[in-house]
Amino acid sequence: MSRYLDLADQVLGLVGDRGEAEVLVYGGIEALTRFANSFIHQNVGEEQLSVTLKVAVDGRVSSATSTQTDDDALRRLVDATIEAARLRSVDPDWPGLAAPAVVPAVEHYDEATHFASPAERAAVVKAFVDVGPGLKAAGYCGTEGGTVAFVNSAGQRVEGRSTRSTIDGIHQTGTSAGSGHQTAGRLAELDGAAVGSVARRRAVESAEAFDLEPGEYEVVLAPECVATMVVFLCAYGLNAKQVAEGQSFAEVGKQQFDDRVAIWDDATGPGALGVLFDAEGTPKRRVELVTGGVTASLAHDRRTARKLDTESTGHAVPGGETWGAFPTNLFVGVGGETVEEMIAAVERGLYVSTFNYNRVLDPKTQVVTGLTRNGTFMITNGEITGSVTNLRYTQSFVEALGPGRVLGLGSDSRFAASEFGDGLIHTPSVRLASWNFTGGAEG
Amino acid sequence: MFDLAQAAVEGALAAGAAYADARAIVSKQETIDVLNQNAESVDHTEKAGVGVRALIGSSWGFFATAKLTDASARAAGERAIEIANASAEVAGPPLELADVPVADASYETPHDEDPFSVPLSEKVDMLVAVSAAMQRVPGIGLARGSLRFWDTSKWFTSSQGHRIHQHVVESGGGLDATAIGEAETQRRSYPQSFGQYETGGYEVVRRWDFPGKAGRVAEEAAALLTAPECPEGEMDLILEGSQLGLQIHESVGHAIELDRILGWEAAFAGTSFLELSKLGSFRYGSPLMSIIADATIPGALGTFGFDDEGTPGQRVDVVREGIWVGVLSGRDSAAAAGLPPGGMVRGDGYNRLPMARMTNVGLLPGDSSLEEIIGDTRDGIYMATNRSWSIDDKRLNFQFGAEIAWEVKRGKLGRMLRNPTYTGITPRFWAAMDMLAGGDEWVHWGTPNCGKGQPIQVAHTGHSAAPARFREVRVGVKG
Repeated sequence: MSRYLDLADQVLGLVGDRGEAEVLVYGGIEALTRFANSFIHQNVGEEQLSVTLKVAVDGRVSSATSTQTDDDALRRLVDATIEAARLRSVDPDWPGLAAPAVVPAVEHYDEATHFASPAERAAVVKAFVDVGPGLKAAGYCGTEGGTVAFVNSAGQRVEGRSTRSTIDGIHQTGTSAGSGHQTAGRLAELDGAAVGSVARRRAVESAEAFDLEPGEYEVVLAPECVATMVVFLCAYGLNAKQVAEGQSFAEVGKQQFDDRVAIWDDATGPGALGVLFDAEGTPKRRVELVTGGVTASLAHDRRTARKLDTESTGHAVPGGETWGAFPTNLFVGVGGETVEEMIAAVERGLYVSTFNYNRVLDPKTQVVTGLTRNGTFMITNGEITGSVTNLRYTQSFVEALGPGRVLGLGSDSRFAASEFGDGLIHTPSVRLASWNFTGGAEG
Repeated sequence: MFDLAQAAVEGALAAGAAYADARAIVSKQETIDVLNQNAESVDHTEKAGVGVRALIGSSWGFFATAKLTDASARAAGERAIEIANASAEVAGPPLELADVPVADASYETPHDEDPFSVPLSEKVDMLVAVSAAMQRVPGIGLARGSLRFWDTSKWFTSSQGHRIHQHVVESGGGLDATAIGEAETQRRSYPQSFGQYETGGYEVVRRWDFPGKAGRVAEEAAALLTAPECPEGEMDLILEGSQLGLQIHESVGHAIELDRILGWEAAFAGTSFLELSKLGSFRYGSPLMSIIADATIPGALGTFGFDDEGTPGQRVDVVREGIWVGVLSGRDSAAAAGLPPGGMVRGDGYNRLPMARMTNVGLLPGDSSLEEIIGDTRDGIYMATNRSWSIDDKRLNFQFGAEIAWEVKRGKLGRMLRNPTYTGITPRFWAAMDMLAGGDEWVHWGTPNCGKGQPIQVAHTGHSAAPARFREVRVGVKG
């Protein structure tokens, strides 16, 4: 039994029979080595420990978090949370506690990554920077590792460890930038030179960009673009709370996407990250979200599952009472085409490396606006014929992936950075029939 | 707590720091969210810890711990040095620090009512009543109210002898109503989208009178569903104050961050279209555009006594009658650029490296009024309250969506319009400002969710603004 489970048990014991309770303890290390202008300028680390308690006293619910874990602090945490719960009205949506359940015997953890040294991160940064002599490099190499322990007064009692590492950055010429990204469970898997080479190539090949007239263009989207699309679809659409509130486009059982589109969430798979239970202690499992273009399921926590008379899918996150459930181990189905083959099939269109500053205009239509960044290239008669300056888009993500709109699926699936962060999604590149660019360098 | 901060600094110095400073922080936050008369979330968070940064060569090393013991703080200082030393693997030119006076001082946010002493039942009951009032309007599917309160005590010491204690209290919240249509949703918020926040106590919430505004908010949300679409084209655009506050945040506040201009944020937040060689001569906007960064405005969200480097909060001119004259800086960026430090460095909690952040970056008021501006407009559109925002990594190409708009014809407000958007290029947009309100319409809007840095951190910023008119702006961008 770890000290984190001990701590969680201690808090549960302090609650006693005064109410239903769930306790989540996190302890770990997060470190990040940041660089700009081709040198490390900000280098940070943190040892983390936090206790989150949620209590329900006759259906009156309150929660609290603290970073202080001495006996007095824990007593204050428990007493104050119970007192706050007693002052509330009954929560009609309180779903009760998760019953004891076995968590899959899978772990995504590497001790060397958890305790990686600043020197090891600096080495990855150096490899990234060194492949771009004469260019300006910027980005970060980060590692994190920790343990999550969860207990509740219904008897669920689970613990898990996880690690993650990332190298993400750009190389810049005087007129352009190109990006590269890699996320893995183990620091040893990161290849700073390879990621830096992708960034360098994109920067150099976009150094002489021209202004393109906005309009609708066929596109080949790199994994970072697809990742942003899919996390938006999940946050604003396949999120059961959004559906329950009438704010979502999602209709389970309906063909809402091209039949080549498959999206699932699977924390048990070999490429996944994180622990194998959610913030309510529900075990993770593979959940099909979109299959053959048909919306197959929503992401549920216990609250929305009760409301919509189904079961939790194991996607509860901290703060989910307000935001809803969110999948954090997403996979997009791959195809058999290389990126080069998809480009070769385009008569006139664009290859887009990343989307930046993406914001939803309306969750129901999933119209999102954002910009291209870090390498946007013209495709003419199947070849890259130049680079273009950044373009603004205004596009419904649902429509873009709609029936008949997915012309190609790549074989290059990997972890891709998204608007909501790193390490959330594996996706390939895709080729889409059209994308609506509504502005350029001139506005 | 001073002892802990000092132990961290001494640990760093003993391990070889050229300079070190530390913040010991105790903070608490209360969050209440009500949806459709049900309190969805009542959460209380308390954090305490020590964060120490140490400068060696071209890099800051930073380490944070929640362990509040002398030994842990000292060890954190040593870890910060280990981290900074590793930076030498990829070194740059040495970082210098601009000189600032060494202060031994304290500061506390003036406030009348400790928000954490107001009974929880009173706060929840108020939000439930507001939600109920909004739900009484036909067509409203979601009726939300929220409150947020922060209480932060900081003890700061440095190897140069700084010794500063600050106690900052922040309060605020908001309400919004969403009408759910078959194909879209429409939302109206008050006092602004995501709520209004200020430094101060519960008196901030009482002053904004949420119960008194709930009915109007809901009625407008419901009406939006059947309002005509915002037209496409170029026309004169009048922006309501909170929307202009966000415009300032995105297209001025971030663009003038000196660390962005120096390329230190290039990979994530981006850079800036501004070049230091043009400081003092670049025309940012029309002569009506005078912008200050002022950390001393009473009650504004970005107000404090000293920043997280021990530099006194101060007022700095940023744009003077349309000409760019100032930046947002810290001791390191100011030294790199040969400029005076602006006292604008803050970290989000004990566990985040302090960096240059907006304080209260806002427009000085004009001498007109919204009524006069509308009266002077023959053919235009008036947009209010932000709904979406997006801008490029150089802070040039932006597109914003508002919750609601009205056409303006021959000096009068006309039909309500839905899904209003506008887009532009930053300096061209600001050059088009030709009327600016002031007086009571000049408000210190507060934005509690400004994200920057890696790992990401959030700053609370203020933006003084009043309604203004911009000529011939592209509106009605469609997906």
